[in-house]
Amino acid sequence: MQLIELREIRKTYYLGEVDLPVLNGITLSIGSGEFVALTGASGSGKSTLMNLLGCLDHPTSGEYWLDGREISHSSSNERAQLRNRMIGFVFQNFNLLPRTSALENVIMPLTYSHHEHTEHENRIWSTDLMERVGLGDRMDHQPSQLSGGQQQRVAIARALVNRPKLLLADEPTGNLDSKTSEEILLMLQGLNQTEGLTVLLVTHDPGIAAHARRVIRLHDGLLASDSVQVAVGSDGPPK
Amino acid sequence: MMLSRILKTALRALRRNMMRAGLTALGIVIGVWAVIVMTEIGKGSSDAIAKTIAAMGANTLIILPGTAASGGISFGVGSVMTLTPEDGDAITRECPSIWAVAPVVRARTQVVYGNRNWVPMSIYGTTPAFLEIRDWTNVADGEAFTDRDVRNASKVCLIGQTLVRELFGGSSPVGKDIRLQNVTFKVVGVLAPKGANMMGMDQDDIVLAPWTTIKYRVTGSSMANVNQSAAAANSSTAVNTLSQIYPNTQVSLYPAQSAVQQADTPLPVRFSNVDQLLAAARSSEQVQPAIKQISSVLRERHRVRSSESDDFNIRDMTEVTKTMSSSTTLMTRLLLIVATISLVVGGVGIMNIMLVSVTERTREIGLRMAVGALSSNILYQFLVEAVLLCLLGGAVGILLARVSSVLVTHFLHWPTQASLGALVAAVVVSASVGITFGFYPAWKASQLDPIEALRYE
Repeated sequence: MQLIELREIRKTYYLGEVDLPVLNGITLSIGSGEFVALTGASGSGKSTLMNLLGCLDHPTSGEYWLDGREISHSSSNERAQLRNRMIGFVFQNFNLLPRTSALENVIMPLTYSHHEHTEHENRIWSTDLMERVGLGDRMDHQPSQLSGGQQQRVAIARALVNRPKLLLADEPTGNLDSKTSEEILLMLQGLNQTEGLTVLLVTHDPGIAAHARRVIRLHDGLLASDSVQVAVGSDGPPK
Repeated sequence: MMLSRILKTALRALRRNMMRAGLTALGIVIGVWAVIVMTEIGKGSSDAIAKTIAAMGANTLIILPGTAASGGISFGVGSVMTLTPEDGDAITRECPSIWAVAPVVRARTQVVYGNRNWVPMSIYGTTPAFLEIRDWTNVADGEAFTDRDVRNASKVCLIGQTLVRELFGGSSPVGKDIRLQNVTFKVVGVLAPKGANMMGMDQDDIVLAPWTTIKYRVTGSSMANVNQSAAAANSSTAVNTLSQIYPNTQVSLYPAQSAVQQADTPLPVRFSNVDQLLAAARSSEQVQPAIKQISSVLRERHRVRSSESDDFNIRDMTEVTKTMSSSTTLMTRLLLIVATISLVVGGVGIMNIMLVSVTERTREIGLRMAVGALSSNILYQFLVEAVLLCLLGGAVGILLARVSSVLVTHFLHWPTQASLGALVAAVVVSASVGITFGFYPAWKASQLDPIEALRYE
C-alpha cells in the first residue's frame, strides 16, 4: 500500500472576483520509505502541494489518501491530529521557539499528542533523539546559542519526536551554507535508509533535489516530470 | 490536553519574556493593590467613624417610665414610676443584644465648694456602667466610683470639666469635698472632656454619683416619702405634736400584727424607682432587636397584659444611626467605583500586551498548529497566560497591599482593617479580568491559519 496517493488534486484560490488555479489535477503516489524531492520554479505550486501533503490545507477537489485514509474533507481539528501523528515538519527558517532550550523545543510537539506518556518517558525519548542528531551536549542551549546547522538538527529531532511516517522538509538547507547543507541532507538520507522514514524534500535547487532517489518536478500546477534516479546513496550525490 | 500541561506551557511562555510579563502584570498589581488598600483604609476609617458615632451614643437606648393619664389628660413621660434598677439587671441578663445597662436618677440642685457655687446642667445618679455606655471610662484625673460605692450609697462623685473650671478654678479637685443640697460628696475623679453634644448642650457640665446616694441622700425621694400615705402619716403626726408629750412618737392606730397575720396579708412592697435606664446595644445593627428584647422583658416583669400598652418608652438614636449607615454605604460605593475603574484599566493593559504578544508570536502559533495543536489548545494557552498574569499580579498586589496597609497604620496612624472579602474579591476579579480581556487575543490567535502564520515575518 502506498503511503500517499493523490488523485486529480486541484487547488484554486478565490481572490475576490478572480479565481487563481494553482494545482490543476495532480495524480501521484509515494510509497512508504521513499526519498522524494519536490522541485519546481517559484509559482509552480510546489508550496501549495506541500501544504496539502502536510495536511495544513485541503484541496478544492480530488482525493488525498494518506496511509489508507481519504482525508481531503477532514476538519481542521482532524488534520491537526493527523499532522501530530503522521507528519514531521522541517522548515527553512527552523522555527524554533526562542528563549527555550533545545530539549524543550524537541519535547514541545508531544504536549499536543494524545497517547499518554509520562513526562519522564518523553524526556528520555527526546534526549535520545537529540543524541541521534549529534547534539547530546547542547540540550540546554537556547536556539540563539546554536549555529544554523545545529538549529536545523534540533528541528529535525523535533520533527521525529512523534515517530511520524512522513518527514516534510521545506527548503531545509535554504538558510545554511553548503557544508552544513550537505550534513543536513546526509542526515535526512541516513534517516531514510536506516529507519525507512519517508522523506519529502521540497526545494527549488536541482543540486539539492539530486540527493533524492526520486524527483518530482512541478510546472504550472501540473506534474512536469517524475523520475527515479539511480546511483544515489549515502555517499553523496552523483557528480 | 491536561490542565497541568497547559499551565506549564503558559508558565514557560511567560518566563520567556519576564520583563514584559512583569510590566503587563503591573497594571493588575496596581489595580488590586489600590482596591485592597482603599478597602482596608476605607473600612478602617468607616469603623473609626462608626466608633465615634457610637461614642456619641448611636447604639444607646434610653428607657423611660410610662405616662400617667387622668381624665384624658396625659402627664407626660416620667409621670409614673415604673422602672427599677432590677429591671436594668434583668435586661442585662436576658437581652443578648444589650451589653450594658445603667440606671439614671436625676437631680437638679446647687453645688457648693468653698465660697463658690454652680448649678450643673445634669446631676446623675448612676452606676459605673454609665461610663462604659457613654464611652467615658478614661477618667482624666483620679478614678471612677465603683459598684461597691453604689451598694453602700457612698458620698463620692465624679465631676465634669466645666465644674472643675467653675468651682475649682482649674486646680485639681480630687479628694476635695463638694456639697449638694448640704450633703457632702468627696470628688474621686474628673471626667475627660467631651464637649457639647449634637444639640449643643455642654456634656462636661455634669456630676456623676452612685444612684443610691443621689436618690436617698440628695433628692430624698426615698421609700418613705415616695409613699404618699407615709408622708400623710408624717404630716398628721406633725399636726398632733401639741398633744404629744414626746415629739415624733407615733400613735399606733392599729393593733400590732402577729407574724402569721403579717404573712397572710403582705403589705405592697414599694420598689425604688429610677428616672430612666440607659442601655447600650452591641452594635448599630443590634439596636432594633434590642428594642424588641427589652420590650418583652419589661412587659413580662411589669406584668403588662397583652391588651394593654407598654408602661415604658424606649428611645433610640434613629437619626444618628441612619447617618452612620448612609455614610458607610456611600464610602463603600465610592471605593467600588474606583476599584472597578483601576481594574478595567489594568485589564485593558493586559489585552493590549496580549494582542502584541499574539502578533509577535504568530510564527510560534503557526508552528504549534503545524505540529498538531488544535485551535482550542492555542485558545487555552493564551487564555491561561492572561489569567496567570492576572492572578500573579493579583497575588503580588495583595502582598503589597498588606504591607502598605501595615505601613500606613504604622507611620500615618490611619486606621486600617484587613478584609478577607476584599482579598477574595481581588482574586476573583483579577481572574475574571484575565478571562475577559485575555479572551479576544486568545481567540484571535486560535483563528490563525497555520500556513500564513508559519510564513509570517
